[in-house]
Amino acid sequence: MTTYLQGLTCRECGARYPAEARSACEECFGPLEPTYDLEAIRAAVSRETIAAGPASMWRYQAFLPAERDPEVDLGDGFTPLRRARRLGAELGLPNLYVKDETRNPTHSFKDRVVSVAVTKARELGFETVACASTGNLAHAVAAHAAAAGMDAVTFVPTGLESGKLAATAVYGARLVEVDGTYDEVNRLCGEAADEYPWAFVNVNLRPYYAEGSKTIAYETAEQLGWRAPDHVVVPVASGALLVRVAKAFRDLRAVGLLDEEPSVRVSGAQGVGCSPVATAFAQGADDVRPVRTPTTIARSLAIGDPADGMYALREARESGGAVEAATDAEIVEAVGLLARTEGIFTETAGGVTVAVLGKLAARGVIRPDETVVAYVTGMGLKTLEAYGERFRPAATIRPRLEALAAFLGDGARKGAA
Amino acid sequence: MITVRIPSAMRGLTDGAAHVEVEGMTVREALDALVVRHPALGARLFDDQGKVRRFVNLYVGEDDIRFSEGLDTAVPEGGTLSILPAVAGG
Repeated sequence: MTTYLQGLTCRECGARYPAEARSACEECFGPLEPTYDLEAIRAAVSRETIAAGPASMWRYQAFLPAERDPEVDLGDGFTPLRRARRLGAELGLPNLYVKDETRNPTHSFKDRVVSVAVTKARELGFETVACASTGNLAHAVAAHAAAAGMDAVTFVPTGLESGKLAATAVYGARLVEVDGTYDEVNRLCGEAADEYPWAFVNVNLRPYYAEGSKTIAYETAEQLGWRAPDHVVVPVASGALLVRVAKAFRDLRAVGLLDEEPSVRVSGAQGVGCSPVATAFAQGADDVRPVRTPTTIARSLAIGDPADGMYALREARESGGAVEAATDAEIVEAVGLLARTEGIFTETAGGVTVAVLGKLAARGVIRPDETVVAYVTGMGLKTLEAYGERFRPAATIRPRLEALAAFLGDGARKGAA
Repeated sequence: MITVRIPSAMRGLTDGAAHVEVEGMTVREALDALVVRHPALGARLFDDQGKVRRFVNLYVGEDDIRFSEGLDTAVPEGGTLSILPAVAGG
């Protein structure tokens, strides 16, 4: 296996850089993106070579900026694409699928981006990996660093769910709570990346890190029998996932893996208490105005100043999608709906996605004839606090049949009329 | 005196300096003084209309100036003005 990475290119001004640790363009401060030799990928990669690859996201190594490191890859990605017939019936979407990212090694899609970033960090000679996180990323960084024998320093805002904190600290990572919002954590990390010799996966390694998100869409196309869906619903925090998903379907066509030109409508989902992209979409604005103090229960989406917000807005608009927001109550109800129809227990961010899926279907933005994929990006055991009293035992009884009968009533017994 | 923190991506234009000391009462005055000292920074910080470029974020102490008075945000004597690339995180 080889990598087809050529270097980094500024998305705004086109300035080019070698493939090193670098967070921004020196000319315009714009974001940097890896560029690849697409002709060489086209010549080397086929549906068969991909099928013969590992049962992880690294089967798409040709499209990634690093070579698979078996010590880093925890079996990341290659998650099930579930045909969601029962949820689809509830929402009036007969061709609905759910990409079940709860099944990743640390139970969120962040394993994909971290797998790439930690692999790259090791290749570049870093000994310590770090990140600014809303929780899931810290968990993924801590696990992959432990597996790779690297040190990890993770920064999170105060007030996160206890499951995410324990699931990070357990790996021996230094977990630092910062008294502020995620955006303040992020700002601190931006400054720290200049001062400490660490690979901050979403600062100085962000150009590589973000590429891992593309694999969620590559898998989607492969699992649909090498075709792109008509409509996808993607949760929006920084917006990077949405932007990479949109790009990934175009990549597949560019290297000849899709027979038809993909035409994927890309919709985004946010929580009402932190919806800068949905607000800009609704207002028809070109700029995304930051939210100072997010309040949504979907903490993993609580980024008030989304780095890729403007690009996500543009992708949604130009593809004919929409960006919509869900209230806390709608989020919790959607978590329950997904669990009881499909057997998947998602964290609050997945509730945002499913709630927005339902709203867009009800409004006719998502049509019944479309093949729709909803990205359920993380698992519910991580956000139990957010569900409060909503999901509780139906009863507490003594261990006696009479007590059970009293609870169930007469009609439930065998032979009852 | 105000301390302006220079991000690594701009240090090629400040002779490698990570911090530059300038005089000024507001963000605008501090940046103007910085550009007088290091003229090449002007085009990196401001667009043709004199607005801060899209991918430049500015902070006085802990506070993002977009939540205060923008370029007119006051910088206290002895305070810090930090320049950072906007695209990070997530």
